[in-house]
Amino acid sequence: MAKRIDVKDLNVYYGDFRAVEGVTMGIDARSVTAFIGPSGCGKSTFLRTLNRMHEVLPIGRVDGEVLLDGADLYDKNVDPVAVRRTIGMVFQRPNPFPTMSIFDNVAAGLRLNGMKKKSELQDVVERALQGANLWKEVKDRLDKPGAGLSGGQQQRLCIARAIAVRPQVLLMDEPCSALDPISTLAIEDLISELKNDYTIVIVTHNMQQAARVSDRTAFFNIAGTGAPGKLIEVDQTATMFSSPREQATEDYISGRFG
Amino acid sequence: MATTTSTPRVPDAPPGPEGLKQGLSRGPDRAFKMLAGGSSAVVVALVVIVGVYLISKAWPSLAANGASFLTSREWSVADPDALRFGIAPLLWVTVISSVVAMAIAVPVAIGVALYLTHYAPPRVAKPFAYLVDLLAAVPSIVFGLWGARVLMPYVQPFQDALKSAFGWFPLFAPTAVQAGTIFLASIVLAIMILPIITALSREVFRQTPVGHMEAALALGATRWEMIRTAVLPFGRPGVVSAAMLGLGRALGETIAVTIILSTTTGAFSWSLFFGGETFASKIANAASEFDSPSKTGAYIAAGLVLFLLTFAVNAIARVIIDRRKGFTE
Amino acid sequence: MSATSLTPSLAAADPGDASPGDELRTLNGGGSGSRRVKDRIATVVMHLAFLVAVIPLVWILWTVVSQGYHMLLESTWWTNSQRGVTVRDFGGGAYHAMAGTVMQAAVTALISVPLGVFTAIYLVEYGRGRLARAVSFMVDILTGIPSIVAALTVYALWISTFGFSRVGFAVSLSLVLLMVPTIVRSTEEMLKLVPNELREASYALGVPKWKTIVKIVLPTAFSGIITGVLLGLARVMGETAPLLILGPYTKSINMDLFNGNMASLPTMINQDRTEFLDAAVQRTWGAALTLILIVMALNIAGRAIGHFSKVKS
Repeated sequence: MAKRIDVKDLNVYYGDFRAVEGVTMGIDARSVTAFIGPSGCGKSTFLRTLNRMHEVLPIGRVDGEVLLDGADLYDKNVDPVAVRRTIGMVFQRPNPFPTMSIFDNVAAGLRLNGMKKKSELQDVVERALQGANLWKEVKDRLDKPGAGLSGGQQQRLCIARAIAVRPQVLLMDEPCSALDPISTLAIEDLISELKNDYTIVIVTHNMQQAARVSDRTAFFNIAGTGAPGKLIEVDQTATMFSSPREQATEDYISGRFG
Repeated sequence: MATTTSTPRVPDAPPGPEGLKQGLSRGPDRAFKMLAGGSSAVVVALVVIVGVYLISKAWPSLAANGASFLTSREWSVADPDALRFGIAPLLWVTVISSVVAMAIAVPVAIGVALYLTHYAPPRVAKPFAYLVDLLAAVPSIVFGLWGARVLMPYVQPFQDALKSAFGWFPLFAPTAVQAGTIFLASIVLAIMILPIITALSREVFRQTPVGHMEAALALGATRWEMIRTAVLPFGRPGVVSAAMLGLGRALGETIAVTIILSTTTGAFSWSLFFGGETFASKIANAASEFDSPSKTGAYIAAGLVLFLLTFAVNAIARVIIDRRKGFTE
Repeated sequence: MSATSLTPSLAAADPGDASPGDELRTLNGGGSGSRRVKDRIATVVMHLAFLVAVIPLVWILWTVVSQGYHMLLESTWWTNSQRGVTVRDFGGGAYHAMAGTVMQAAVTALISVPLGVFTAIYLVEYGRGRLARAVSFMVDILTGIPSIVAALTVYALWISTFGFSRVGFAVSLSLVLLMVPTIVRSTEEMLKLVPNELREASYALGVPKWKTIVKIVLPTAFSGIITGVLLGLARVMGETAPLLILGPYTKSINMDLFNGNMASLPTMINQDRTEFLDAAVQRTWGAALTLILIVMALNIAGRAIGHFSKVKS
């Protein structure tokens, strides 16, 4: 069961520096929301606050509310580890665990969270790999190192690893920026399928990609170096790309800047 | 590409909002962090113990010392009521033997490390890199034994040639010492620290980002230019720390120097072809005669100076590394 | 051995010999003449440096092996002590010294490895700010401790202050001072080489930090850590200075770390090093070869473990 996220007046800091200011937005369940904007506008930083990965950095700090179906992720009693179990993440560069086989990579999240039963694991791994459209390609070499796959396969392996722990939301931080066009297409296909089961948030530099895969698009911008990034507007993707409300959005989308 | 299965991929009931509040991970997390922090505390305590004990044992002897500790060449510590000891010759022999060893070893080590990483074909590089690593582990007493028993006769003619050619220069002045000279000790020290400096430098050179090297080559650089523009700048802090580690070892090396160096009596000489004692060999030579606290204190005071010396070397290395980091990152 | 294997490598390592390369080089633009000369000179210098380094190192190994091997062929070498054997007598064994060296090193490792690895984990995974810098600084100080000073410290503590005697455990204590910093530093280096992306991937799966360290970070760095431990162990096994002060030689077998003199290979070498009688000389080189063999066996074992582990650097 996918869940919706509501963000209320969120500020994100690196030490004393405010990187993202005053974001308020909703992210629908079972849909794809794309974050676009120029480099340094804080869209990736903001994405990392949605599963409390930002505070992994020693100087990372957040204030505001992130509600997952109404429950505040930044509540004092909330365990960030449990948050990340519920909200998975796929990174810019594929990062399979180098010490583990394909099978172990997919099973890693479950194993490390205490699931030991081999038969159950096998079941989950197969389903996760199928879910990531990778099963057919790797089913005969599950015991081979994950690092031996191609870049696109590695990224799908990372997606399989993320969905194997059955998250409710999947965050993707420029998942295709290190991949070739064919692998990118495979991932995009996969995203459109995954949205049947998951709430997906994707950061992308590629506007065509945002237009192709997302239902809603959020545009972030930055006033200048040193200024915090801000959410300019968020709307249905079709609306954003045809008739945005803000001039800055139109400038960015039409390639006049950024 | 797309699969047609529409089976639900998230069959299990997900944890509700309450699931987020499982504080399960925090207990073990805290315990693990305390284990790591506690180990660090023990390490800090070790250093404090070393410092406190050495100073507390050395202090009474230093206070009772009748000679100038830093400048005197005397060493008579048998009579607790007439302590007279100074470290001037120890300091000289320790520093000059190590510096000469460094001057020999570091250029060679960098050359070998570059050879093994960028020149040698893999089938040569691998076994030799392995050999160098193994040699880094050869005990120093073996080097000392070899230096005194095997190398010495080969070095003597070379020494004599240097003496007759450059004898006018104080460092190469002839002396009465024939066999166990500082010069021989330096050569053996150089050979001893060569593997460790090579092994560490090789590791850093090997980690040079391929992107940097390819960028240089793509600009039309020769192999040497690529090394100069990509490999050496990247590896410099690592090489400096390796060299300093080598220097620290040479300064503190005990048994090899003890075996090789002839202890001297009579007139002092600045020559490399003189004998003498380093801090470490002085202490080692006295190892069986620490019978009175005042005597022991005198040797511990010498040990403290050696400690300060190696510490200064490390501190300099650290400053250099930290400064360089700003440029490489 | 080095001369023959080097000749082909000289040619193979020099791309300047390949003619298509030359042609391309001239395309690279002006001034290539002096640049090529410099490149050639650098190539020659590297090869020379290698030769200069290899000759003495191979010479040392050759000396020890050729002088010491026949002692090791006697079975009594591995089973007997030197009890009752005088300087003039041939024979006797090195069992007492091997046992002492191995036991002292084992106790040293038992104390140093957990201490060093956890300190490194603190520095890399948890430590930040002044506290971590202070710890790192202290490790630096320890790294700089000469072995003779470590020995003096333990002497001051163990013998002058507590009034205990010179036993095997005192030697181990002084070796701990030498081994801990090497383990901290080598482990630290290896942990730093583990890409942050792997930690983030693990956190993003909802894995707690300590489990991420134990199950992801440490296994990734495992072979490097083992190599560091074994190199550190090899180093302390060969240390002689602490033994001169804390571990007097004995010709007999003593397996008690807390009572009586305990022999070790370095002190066995040191014992007869000034003798020129054949029996004593042979014994000395035999002990040296034995020590080198033990150290190298450790080394090779470490590398084998590293090789079979799944870590891909």
